[in-house]
Order: sequence, then structure tokens, then C-alpha cells
Amino acid sequence: MLELSRIHKSFDDQPLLRGVSFAVHRNETVCLLGPSGSGKSTLLQIIAGLESPESGTVSWQGKDLRNTPAHLRDFGLVFQDYALFPHLGVFENVAFGPRMKGWQTDEIKRGVMEVLQLVDLAGFERRAVTDLSGGEQQRVALARALAPRPRLLMFDEPLGALDRTLRDDLILQLRLILTRTRIPSLYVTHDQEEAFRVADRILLLHDGRIVRSGTPREVWESPDSAWAAQFLGLGNILDGRVLKGGRRVQTRDGTFEFKCAHRHRSGDDIRLLLRPTPVVGGSQLVGVAEEIIFQQDKYRVLLSGGLYFDLNAPPKIGDRVRVRVRLECLGVVRSP
Amino acid sequence: MAPEQSGAGPHRASFWLRRGALWLLPLSFLAAFFFLPFIRILAFSLDAATLSAANLRVALATLGFTVYQAALSTLLTLAMGLPAAVLFARFRFPGRSLLHALTAVPFMLPTVVVAAGFNALLGPRGWANLALMRSFGLSSPPIAFVGTLGAILVAHVFYNTTIVIRLVEGALSGLDPKLAQAARSLGADAPRVWWRVILPLLRAPLLAAMLLVFLFDFTSFGVILLLGGPSFATLEVQIYIEALSLLNLPVASLLALVQLLFTIGFSVLYTRTAVRSRIQTAPRAAQSNRRRAATRVEWLFIAGAVLVLSAFFVLPMLALPLRSISRLDADRGDRTAVQAGLTTDYYSELFINRRNSIFYVPPIQAAANSLTYAGASVLLSLALGFPAAAALAKPGRLEKILDPILILPLGASAVTLGLGFIVTFGRWLVHPWMVPLAHTLVALPFVVRTLQPALASLPERLRQAAASLGASPFRSWQAVDWPIVRRATLSAAGFAFTISLGEFGATSLLTRPEYPTIPIAIYRFLSQPGGANYGQAMAMATLLMALTTIGILMIERLRLPGAAEF
Repeated sequence: MLELSRIHKSFDDQPLLRGVSFAVHRNETVCLLGPSGSGKSTLLQIIAGLESPESGTVSWQGKDLRNTPAHLRDFGLVFQDYALFPHLGVFENVAFGPRMKGWQTDEIKRGVMEVLQLVDLAGFERRAVTDLSGGEQQRVALARALAPRPRLLMFDEPLGALDRTLRDDLILQLRLILTRTRIPSLYVTHDQEEAFRVADRILLLHDGRIVRSGTPREVWESPDSAWAAQFLGLGNILDGRVLKGGRRVQTRDGTFEFKCAHRHRSGDDIRLLLRPTPVVGGSQLVGVAEEIIFQQDKYRVLLSGGLYFDLNAPPKIGDRVRVRVRLECLGVVRSP
Repeated sequence: MAPEQSGAGPHRASFWLRRGALWLLPLSFLAAFFFLPFIRILAFSLDAATLSAANLRVALATLGFTVYQAALSTLLTLAMGLPAAVLFARFRFPGRSLLHALTAVPFMLPTVVVAAGFNALLGPRGWANLALMRSFGLSSPPIAFVGTLGAILVAHVFYNTTIVIRLVEGALSGLDPKLAQAARSLGADAPRVWWRVILPLLRAPLLAAMLLVFLFDFTSFGVILLLGGPSFATLEVQIYIEALSLLNLPVASLLALVQLLFTIGFSVLYTRTAVRSRIQTAPRAAQSNRRRAATRVEWLFIAGAVLVLSAFFVLPMLALPLRSISRLDADRGDRTAVQAGLTTDYYSELFINRRNSIFYVPPIQAAANSLTYAGASVLLSLALGFPAAAALAKPGRLEKILDPILILPLGASAVTLGLGFIVTFGRWLVHPWMVPLAHTLVALPFVVRTLQPALASLPERLRQAAASLGASPFRSWQAVDWPIVRRATLSAAGFAFTISLGEFGATSLLTRPEYPTIPIAIYRFLSQPGGANYGQAMAMATLLMALTTIGILMIERLRLPGAAEF
């Protein structure tokens, strides 16, 4: 439905977006994930029509939106700091969109009540938005965006200002609402955990381009690049050199057997991912435990070389630890 | 505060003794020269004979016009200031900070200079009229500006636009841009974003700006007297006329009372609104929302606004000095041959005591008088302001009460202060030193407000450190306090100097004909016929503008960061 094609945008002569293309389909929640300053919010502004790209097109069901101003695009926006109108009460905030669309009074009333019910805020109509808690304000913001029944919903780091428990609750509620209303949505965040939970599909934005796209499971299983693995916090990143025969790799932490879909030649410098969870039948790695962190159901053990692993039974600090791990290749850094 | 709490008997007594000593001089001064005159005005105006139906009718009619012109001026100022505030808050363009500074200059200029500036531009002998007369061969000036309500309104807009710009620009750039974006994404077009979101959020600062502008327009005196002419009398002008021309002190007092009541009422309203507007806009970080023009409409808006603002704020101030060195009039008796060219005659004429002159002394004597008065006002207001500021720097219970009392003279208009002096010290007015006393009264609030933050910022611990290193109290004062205090003192002196130089309202009532000040001289020159008088008015006003600019620069360069403005 929404389609972006080769969007370019720079700020102060620094390129920020360098040819971003992707689509959001019917009933789909797409999560745009990237570090702070990667241009995610700018991209949302471009889609909303609040900024214009230097080149590239935004289109909706095949129609180029170049000449459609922001207020006629019918795309809802939810901001991190809510951006509720402080001079209006809860009801008037939510009724703002329907009023702009020129709905009848009783239609507006019904619509507002409906969305307030949906976000669990029935009975809050007459409250001042400045008196609400952060979580309540964010739900009003969601209700406000939902009220005019937009054809696309966009979220700009919507939960960034909330504490963890509240965040977990709201993520669940958000998914339920998105599934129920069936509005396609684009969700922007820098928090990979949030992204994995909310999204039907994840887009990784890096250096002004989409570097990986796929379902949360696909992205988690094969990040496809060292940057992505690092950013997603998937595990240890290790450099190594392929030894003769192409089946073994030498690293500063030892020499391992590895299997990989990539084609390697001996002498290639490659980058490896070592996930923290040990596997049965993996390559064996030995190290000295330097620090142990309690993590509810397991213990994160930091080895003296800097690698870390999650073990079920904690060793003592100073113990020699053996772990069996799987080596995944993230790509070739340099060929000889 | 510490000294009050550690209250054993003798300590406490000596604390109050010291506090009392600090307050003795400033409070006696205020009692003698502000409250006593104020009581005399009250007594005069609340007399049964004064409160006659005829007098009340005069008061009511004058009040009516005063409110009318002030309201009209306020609306026009808003019409000029609001787009300007949007321009400065939202856009980046070359020359932005220069234009911003230019719009703030008029606020500091003496009324007579502003009046002379507009006279030089649009008056009967101003550039515009002379140019039109010459190019179309007209025998009389085609633009009637001086002597109209329009002149009053334009001058008021010129003066007060900066208030709207400062208050609204501050609020506007503090506004979260996401609010407007949210409204846009909810289907509001640009006009509805303004009407439904931005203007409602700017309500408090807009109201505060309007109240403040109204207050200044309500008490405006010099502009009305010099540009409006005899047919327009606000309360201020009517007080002046009743007191000086009609010698009707009771009616003047009645008018002054009406004036005071209104001023106090509006000041209270303003203070409340200002507090509210600060609460609403304070917590945003000062991240800049300014950007370059993005669309053709924005580009046109910026170009238009910059053009209008720079013309409006530069032309009168440029017309004045240029007019003071140009001879553009026909010589007497010869109406056709116009002698045009550069001249320094108007300046050299200032040094000559003509027999048929309107003064008894060479006009340049006015400059000497003004400088003497300004010097006296600086010394006096510093002598009174220092102890008061020192006491206010470490406020106790007493200071909470005395602080607003000290600022009170600001609320009373200058003409009312002058009238108070007349009704209280009528017999002493032959002495020229009454004038700097009145100037001190006007300058004192500014002086105290400048000194107080500096004195409050003095680092107690540094002084203790110096003392522990063996410095005598004087040495530690010299090493620690003086460098900080010096800046504030010079800045306060700049305020007193500038205020005294340009003071017109009180001076016009108090000055003796043989001791004119610069503003008085300009006023008299302007109210006399003839090109020579006009030229000398321009020369004198240019001189005053230059002196004031020096004062303003001194204040601006020495201003402590973060010192309050309004």
C-alpha cells in the first residue's frame, strides 16, 4: 500500500538517507529499526509530508504523494513525547482529527468514545492531558491518531519515554489494537527488543540505507552483517582467518572448525558471530571466568578475552571454563 | 536566611541595625519625593470642590481618548509585531540578528528623538514632503502626518513592536514543533494549525505583550505632545496643560489620580499574565526551530517582512541625522529658489546666543545642563541604589515588603511625578537641582534592578577564603567584590545617564526657561516656525541620539548574562 522508492535526504550537506526503498503492505506492522541519528524520524516526516525528500518518491496504492500536503495524506502520527495539545482536554485532543475531517457532532462523540474504549481510557474524556501519567498520555496520543481512522499509522519511538514494565504492557496492548483495527503501520525505534516484539517485519536502517529486511525470526537467525549482529546484540563478534582447506578458521581465541553457506578461500579474513548460548556438538572454546552476572534463569559469564556466554550453572571467578559454541560467518572482510 | 535564624539577642539587634542603616537613605528619599507628593496629589484631587461634574467630565473625556488611542496603537503594534515575531522565531536569513537588534533600538531612545525622527521623515519639512513638493512643484507639503492621530499611532508602533517581538518570539521558539506536526497529520491545514493550536498556546504571552504595550501607550506623553499637536490630549498631556497653561492644579491632580489607578490596575494584570506565560513555555530546551525558507510563500513572506521592518525601523533614524546636515528649504522671502546642499550651520548656530532666540542662553547650554543633570542623577541614584540593592541581595522578611515599594515609581508616569513635585515643592522649583531629583526617582528602579543581581552573586566563600589568607576586609573587598561590582555599577550608571538625558515628561513640568535640557530645547525648536529652528531641532536631536547610543552601548556591553529585561 505504502511504497517508498529511492528516498534521498541530506542535512547540512551531510547525506542522511541514501536511497531508501521499502513497502508497507495491508494489515502489516513494519518496524524500522536503527540507531539514534540514522534518519528514522526524518523518514517518517517525509512519509507524513512534513519534510520533502531531495529525490525519490512516496506513493500510496500506486499514487505519487508528491503534491499531497501533510493534512490531506490521512496518515496518523504518534510521537515519543506524545505532543498532546496542552490547551485541550482528553476529549478535544482525540476529537481534533474528526473535527478537521468535518464529522457530525454525534459522529465525533461516538468515534471518540470508541477509541478511548479501545485504549482503555473510557471515562477520561474530561481530564486535562497535563494531569495524566506518561502511559496514559501515550494512550491518549494513540487514541488521537486512531480517531480519524487513518489509512496508515506511524509511530516515532512511541515508548521511549516510558519505564520498562509500562513499556511491556503497552507493547502488548498496541499489538492487540493494531491487529483489531487492521490499520497498516510503520513503527520506528532504536530498541531492538521492542522491534522484535511489535513487528511483523523488520527493516534495519544503517548509513542511510535499508541493510536488512525480514520477519523478526529471519533477521534474528541471520543478521547477514557484522554491523547488524552487533547492533541487535546477538552475541560476540570475532575476527578470524580461514586456514588451508577452507574448513577451519584461526582467531585470537583459538582455531575452530566451522561450516558456512558462504564460499571462502583459505587466507580470507572473515568475521564470525558467536551467540552466547552454548550448543551441543559445537566447537570447543576455553577461557578463564572473569566476571559473572546474574540473569534470572542463567548466568552471563565474561571470559578474560572479552567473550561472554550464558551458562546455566555459574563457575567461580578464576575458573577455567569450557563452552561448546557454533560459529556463524557474517561475511568476508578482506580477501588476499 | 542564616543571620535571622542564628538569632541570639545581640546578634539580632545588630542585624536589624545594619539593615535599618541600609534602608535609611533610599526610604527617606522615596518618602520625601514620591510618597509625600503622591499624598498631596490625593489630597488635591479628592477635594469636594475638585470632584465637580464639569471636572469629572473633562477627566472622563480625556480618559476616553487615552484608552482609544492606546487600544488602537496596541492592535497596530500587534499587527506589526506578530509577523515579525514569526519571522525571527521560525526563519534563518542573512542579516537576521542585525534586524533583530534594530527593532529593539527605538525602545531605548528618548521620545523627543523618535518624534524628531518621524518629523524629519514625514513632517512638513521632512524628506518625503520636500521630495514630493520638488518633483511635482507643489507649494505646500502633500503629506499631512504631524498633527494627526496617525502620527501618534505610527510612533507608538515604532516604540513598542519590540515588546511583542520579544515576548511572542520567545514563546514561539519555545513551542514544540511536534504540536503543529501532530495537528497537520490529523488533517489541519496551515491556517487551522495557527488558529486551533499555535494561537491558543500563545494566548498568555500575547496577552502579556498586549497589556505591556497598552500600558506604555496609555502613559505616553512626549510622542503625543510632539507629534499629535494640540488637538490630541491624553491624560498625560492634559495633566501637563492643566498644570502649566491653565494653572489648574486640582484638575491636574484629579487626572493624575485616574492615571495612577489605571496604571496600577494594568501593571497588576500584566504581572499575573507574565507569570502565567512563563510557566507555560519555560521547560523546553532552547534547541532552535529556525530554518531557511522552503517554499515560495515562505520566501515571499520573509522578503516582505524584512523589507517592511527595515524600512520602518531604519528610515526615521536615518532621516534625522541626514536632515540635520542638509539645507533643503527656500530662503526667507524667496519661495522659488531652493538652496539645497550640505551644511553645518544648524550645529554652529547652537553655540550662538541670538537676541530673538527662544532661550536666554546659547542653545548648546541645554547640552551642558543635560550632562550636568545626568551626572548628578547618576551619582544620586547610585548613592541611593547601592544600599537598597545590598539589602535586597540578601532578602529577609523586611525586603519582601520593601522590594515592590522600591519599584513603585516605575508605575507612576513621569508627568505625574512632575506634578507631584509642583504641588509639593512649588516654591523650591526655582532651583534647577529639583530636576535631577526627579530624574533619580525615575532611574532608581532600574539602578537597583541592575545592581541587585550582581551584589547577590558575590561569592561569600571567596571572601572568607581571602580573609583566611590574611587579607584585611578592605583588601578582600578590593580583590573579590570590586571586579564584579564594577561592571554592574557602570551598567547602572549607564541606565541612569540615558534615562536622565532623555527624560521629557517630568522635566517639561519642572524645568525653568533659563535652564533647558536637550529634550526641552528640541521641543521648543520644533514648536517654533522657520527652517532655522527646524534645523537646530534636528541637530539637537541628533546630538541626543548619539549620546543615548553611547549610554545604550555601555549598558549592553556590561549587561550580566541572564539579567531580566521586562
